[in-house]
Amino acid sequence: MKLAFNIALRFLNSNKGQTFLIILGIAIGVSVQVFIGSLIQGLQKDLINTTIGNSPQITVLSALEDKTIGQWEGKIDTIKNSKEKITALSPTASFPGFIAFNKQTEPVLLRGFDLSKADSIYGITQSIYEGMPPTRKNDVLIGKELRDTLSLNIGDTITILTPTRKSQTMTITGFYDIKVASINQSWVITPIHTVQSLFEINNKITGIEIQVAEVFEADTIASHIDLLLGQNDLLKISNWKDQNQQLLSGLQGQSVSSIMIQVFVLIAVILGIASVLAISVLQKSRQIGILKAMGVKDFTASLIFLFQGFLLGIMGSILGIALGLLLAFSFTLFAINPDGTPVVALYINYGFVTISAIIAILSSTLAALIPAIKSSKLSPMEVIKNG
Amino acid sequence: MDNIIQIKNVNKFYGTTIKKQVLFDVNIGFKKGSFNAIIGQSGSGKSTLLNIMGTLDNPSDGDVYINHQKTTAMDKNQLADLRNKTIGFIFQFHYLLPEFTVQENILMPYAISNRIASSAILEKADYLMDMMGLTTVKNNLATQLSGGQQQRTAIARALMNQPKIILADEPTGNLDSETSENVYQLLREINETFKTTFIIITHDPRIAEKTDRIVEIKDGKIHSDFIK
Ligand SMILES: Nc1ncnc2c1ncn2[C@@H]1O[C@H](COP(=O)(O)OP(=O)(O)O)[C@@H](O)[C@H]1O
Ligand SMILES: [Mg+2]
Repeated sequence: MKLAFNIALRFLNSNKGQTFLIILGIAIGVSVQVFIGSLIQGLQKDLINTTIGNSPQITVLSALEDKTIGQWEGKIDTIKNSKEKITALSPTASFPGFIAFNKQTEPVLLRGFDLSKADSIYGITQSIYEGMPPTRKNDVLIGKELRDTLSLNIGDTITILTPTRKSQTMTITGFYDIKVASINQSWVITPIHTVQSLFEINNKITGIEIQVAEVFEADTIASHIDLLLGQNDLLKISNWKDQNQQLLSGLQGQSVSSIMIQVFVLIAVILGIASVLAISVLQKSRQIGILKAMGVKDFTASLIFLFQGFLLGIMGSILGIALGLLLAFSFTLFAINPDGTPVVALYINYGFVTISAIIAILSSTLAALIPAIKSSKLSPMEVIKNG
Repeated sequence: MDNIIQIKNVNKFYGTTIKKQVLFDVNIGFKKGSFNAIIGQSGSGKSTLLNIMGTLDNPSDGDVYINHQKTTAMDKNQLADLRNKTIGFIFQFHYLLPEFTVQENILMPYAISNRIASSAILEKADYLMDMMGLTTVKNNLATQLSGGQQQRTAIARALMNQPKIILADEPTGNLDSETSENVYQLLREINETFKTTFIIITHDPRIAEKTDRIVEIKDGKIHSDFIK
């Protein structure tokens, strides 16, 4: 083993130009993989983030006519204890209604939150650009677009009308902007008990909103939660994947084409290494013959070439990862939007980079298999006869 | 009958479609510690015979015994081991490994069957290099040597594992007469010091005369066998 390794190292070292070319070939292959992989993954992360990052990925709703969920504290505990990786869990009481101010009326969604919990999904408190969060009953927070429509100011008193024509005056404590115009236009945010009392639902709520660590497992987590909660006639559970099939198949198509590119790059790299090493067996057949005449066994003779493939793979991978990361970082530096943010925020997944390297090393070793077999079959007589 | 090499009824054919017989029912043995020459015209079958004795080539039929072991019954790995431990080869062309230094080339037969060279082994290599006048070029690559130095490195390498047998095929064929005289002097010394059996193919009658036995091959047969 050690002898074969040493001879492999010496062979590579004695032909530096050729060795460097193969390493460069592998490195370019690996760097393309790392770069494209990081780009596609960054793109997907971006897309998912903008689509579902600031919204619940799983929602528990009522299946009843009055849209309410009772004894919800127990249900929240059940979800908490589900052993799933839940990152946000927020109860809400929400009903549609109308806002009236200065003879103008607009349809709104009155959203009652426990802000400390809702913030981990929507980041409402951080998005308040003027005023304070609503803390008392009948305090409300108004979105930027709705504020412009109605020309509202802090301290203004507005009236909320329910579909059943109940009305209640409320006080504006601040304005938020969560960068989604339709939400800014329609959500009137208030402490949860404002909604509970206006709509006379006592302590009940209308939904539990959930975010999870593994967004792509939202559907299985959702059905697990469904199972744990039971009560199929009282509750219905939805998840973002069911509601975004098109986005998902788009992402999947992207992943598949990225894998295709990577497979073809890999094949090109393997063919390159295999052909250069095959030539190298011819170049070194004299040495192999001499070594065999001196007593080197066929297996050791083949190991010499497997080690060469392995060493080339390692060196090519290291250089390739360095090149790929360099390429990726310069891409984020040079491909930028007018405001200076990168067009695509790259996602450097070190697990993926490691896997690319391991695949490259394995394939280089595999590519050395044919030369290794040739080397194993070479007879010392071929060398000695030909002088 | 203490023959370290024994050839029994060996025939050798070359070619698959048109068969050409190169050796005809050869029977010969070589004594342990003897110093032998094989002579004969070019194309008579000398190298073929030597390569068969060295297990580099297989006889078409007949048997080869080395140290009373029937090599024709051994597998490739056993033969590789046998060559490594028992036989040293010296060819007309030096066949050094150009990627390695003089010292590394000489140590190679040892490295093939052992992991780490002890200081005793390194001393032995030093001794061989000293004997062959290679000490000054010890760390040169094999390509950075004169023809004589290369051939002496090849001889030192053949001696490294102290083989019982050294097979040499025109070892001085590429050297000038003075250098080749020196090389023979060395081989003879080794034969006397280590009791190594030598079988040397040569064209040079002056060399052949100095050996203990001269075997002449003609048309694939033993034409004459002269023991002093
Ligand atoms: N591999 C081979 N294939 C076919 N013929 C061969 C081969 N090797 C040697 N020969 C033939 O066998 C004969 C003996 O060759 P060789 O043993 O090399 O002779 P010598 O060493 O006495 O010059 C020659 O005629 C040569 O052409
Ligand atoms: Mg010959």
